[in-house]
Amino acid sequence: MLAALRLRNRLHTGGAVQATTTMNIVVCVKHVPDATADRRFESDNTVDRVGVDGLLSELDEYAVEQALQIKEKLGDDSEVTALCIGPEGAVDAVRKALQMGADKGVIVTDEAIAGSDAPATSLVLAEAIKKIGTPDLVVCGMASTDAGMSVVPAMLAERLGLPQVTFASVIETQGDQIRVKRDGDAATEVIGATLPVVLSVTDQTGEARYPSFKGIMAAKKKPLDTWALGDLGVDAGQVGLSVAWSEVEETTARPPRTAGEIVKDEDGSGAQALAGFLASKKFI
Amino acid sequence: MAEILVLVDHVDGAVKKPTLELLTIARRLGEPSAVFIGSGDAPAEALAKFGAEKVYAVDDAQIKGYLVAPKAEVLQQLVEKTSAGAVLIPSSAEGKEIAARLAIKIDSGLITDAVDVQAGPVTTQSVFAGSYTVQAKVTKGTPIITVKPNSAAPEEAAGAGAVEAFAPTISDAAKAAQIVASQPRQSTGRPELTEAAIVVSGGRGTGGDFSAVEALADSLGAAVGASRAAVDSGWKPHTFQVGQTGKTVSPQLYVANGISGAIQHRAGMQTSKTIVAVNKDEEAPIFELVDFGVVGDLHTVLPALTEEINKRK
Ligand SMILES: Cc1cc2nc3c(=O)[nH]c(=O)nc-3n(C[C@H](O)[C@H](O)[C@H](O)COP(=O)(O)OP(=O)(O)OC[C@H]3O[C@@H](n4cnc5c(N)ncnc54)[C@H](O)[C@@H]3O)c2cc1C
Ligand SMILES: Nc1ncnc2c1ncn2[C@@H]1O[C@H](COP(=O)(O)O)[C@@H](O)[C@H]1O
Repeated sequence: MLAALRLRNRLHTGGAVQATTTMNIVVCVKHVPDATADRRFESDNTVDRVGVDGLLSELDEYAVEQALQIKEKLGDDSEVTALCIGPEGAVDAVRKALQMGADKGVIVTDEAIAGSDAPATSLVLAEAIKKIGTPDLVVCGMASTDAGMSVVPAMLAERLGLPQVTFASVIETQGDQIRVKRDGDAATEVIGATLPVVLSVTDQTGEARYPSFKGIMAAKKKPLDTWALGDLGVDAGQVGLSVAWSEVEETTARPPRTAGEIVKDEDGSGAQALAGFLASKKFI
Repeated sequence: MAEILVLVDHVDGAVKKPTLELLTIARRLGEPSAVFIGSGDAPAEALAKFGAEKVYAVDDAQIKGYLVAPKAEVLQQLVEKTSAGAVLIPSSAEGKEIAARLAIKIDSGLITDAVDVQAGPVTTQSVFAGSYTVQAKVTKGTPIITVKPNSAAPEEAAGAGAVEAFAPTISDAAKAAQIVASQPRQSTGRPELTEAAIVVSGGRGTGGDFSAVEALADSLGAAVGASRAAVDSGWKPHTFQVGQTGKTVSPQLYVANGISGAIQHRAGMQTSKTIVAVNKDEEAPIFELVDFGVVGDLHTVLPALTEEINKRK
C-alpha cells in the first residue's frame, strides 16, 4: 500500500467500525494581474506584478474547489494546503483559498524568485510541496491566466516523479485510485492512476464557491506560513530572471485595431454589405 | 547542420497540417528530422515532401496507452542521440505537456505557443489576450518550442526522408497515468477548428439553433466554433469552444455570431487576421474588434448572407 495514503479505522458513534481515508492535498494557487485591468510589462520585460491589481487566478479557483470537494467527500481529517509562489502581495491568493475553505496556507516569497520562468517556478513549488509533507494529491489549475503556458503541472509531475492526470473535466477518487475525464485533442479520454498524482482541472469541473462570511472570519485564524528560498534549501542562483532558461527580448503592444465599418441591417441590406466586404477581401 | 526534431502529429499515419508547418519552420533552423510515434509504416513520403531528411520511426506499442510521459522519454532519448539543435512540437494541450516534461528532463528552456519562429531560434508569441507580441529565445540547453497551427505556410522541399527505426526505453514510472478509455472525436466533415483558414462561431445569441451558423460555415468551407455560453448550454461539445479555456484560433477570417465578445472569448480569437461580427446589440464589445460588423438578427442576416455567397460562387 502507498505510504502517502493513510487508511485507518475509526470508531463511530453506534460502534460501527468504518474505514476512512485521509488525504494530504496541496493546491497550487497563483496570484496574477487582473485580466480586466491594463496588463503590461516592466522595462526588463517581466510581467508587471506590482503596478497592476492582482488576484487569485480565476482558473485556480476551480482547483481549490475540487480540492475542497475531494476533502469533503473523505471527511474532516484530510487537509488542504494552499501554496503560492510570488511577491509578498501574492499572499492575497492564499488568503482567498483559506476563505474558500483550505485549512492551511503557504506563501514562498523571495526577492531572488522575481522573474522566474516555469522551470524555476516548478522547482520552488516542488521543494515547497516536499516540505509541506508527502502529498497524496497536488491540484493545479489548467493554466495561469497571465502566462497561461499550461506547463507547470506537467513540470511538477516530472520533478516530483509523479503521474500527471491533467486537464480533468470530471474527477472521481476511490481509495487510492483516481480517474478523470479529459477532452483531448483527438479524443475524449478517461485517465486513471494510483495516488499520489499531480492533478490539473479545467473550468468544466463546475463553479467554484464564494467565500462565506463565516469562511472569511475563520480564515483569519488559519495557519499561514511564509517561506523564503533558504527554508526550502533552494539556492538563489537556481531561480530568478538572470538564470531563466528562456529570455524575452522584446515586447510590443499591439497597435490598436483601426475601427471597422459597422452597418445596421435595414431591410436585409446587412447581408449584402457583408457579402460585399467578404468579396473585397477575397473570401468569396 | 544540426538536426531539428519535429514531433509528428498524425491520425493513424495521416500527417496533420501543423506538422508540415513545423517541417517548414525547421528548415530555417537546421536539418528537419521527423519523429513519428505510431504503429505501422511511418508516412515517410508525406514527411519527405516537406523537407524531412530523416524520419525516426518509433513503434507506439509501449506508448499509446499512456498519457504524455512516454513521449517525453522518446524525445529525451532522441535529443541525446542526435545532439539536436532544437525540438519543435505542435502547440496542443498534449504537445505542451510533452514539452514541459522534456524541458525538465534535459535541463532546457522552453517556449510555448509560438506564432512564428525564425533562425536563432527567435520566437514570436502573442500574449495577454493578443494585446502584446513578445520576441523570445531559449538561453539554456536545447531549445524546445511548441508552435501554434497556422504559424507558417507549409512549403514543399524534397528531403531524403530516410527512415530509421528507433526503439526507446520507456520507464515504468512513465506508464503510471493510463488511458483507461478513449472515445475518438467524431469527424464533423468540416476543417479542424485550430487549423481552419475561416472560422464561423455562434454564441448565446443563436438561441441554440446553430443551423444558420453551420450553413454559413459550409458556404465558406469554414470550421464551426462556439462561445462558452453556447457550450455550457449544451448546444455544442466543449471541443468547439473558442477562448481562454477552449481553443485558440488564428484564422484568416473569424465570423462571430451572437457572441458578445467577453475577454475570455477574445483571448481565443483576437489574433485572427480579419474579424467580422453579427450581433443585434450595437453596444456589444465584439464590435470594438471587428473589421466589419452588422448590427442585426443573425437568424435573418446569416441565411441571406449564405444565399448571397452561394449565388456568387
Ligand atoms: C474562467 C472563465 C473562463 C472562460 N472561458 C471562456 C472561453 O474559453 N470562451 C468563451 O467564449 N467564454 C469563456 N468564458 C465566458 C465568458 O466570460 C462569457 O460569459 C461568454 O463568452 C459569453 O458567451 P456569449 O458571447 O455567447 O454570450 P453573451 O455574453 O450572453 O452574448 C450573447 C450575444 O448575442 C447577442 N444576440 C442575442 N440574440 C441575437 C440574435 N438573434 N442575433 C444576433 N445577436 C444576438 C446579444 O446581443 C449578445 O451580445 C469564460 C469565463 C470564465 C469565468
Ligand atoms: N507561482 C505559482 N504559484 C502557485 N501555483 C502556480 C504558480 N505558477 C503556476 N502555478 C500552478 O500551475 C498551474 C498552471 O500554470 P501555468 O503553467 O503557468 O499555466 C496554475 O493554474 C497553478 O495551479
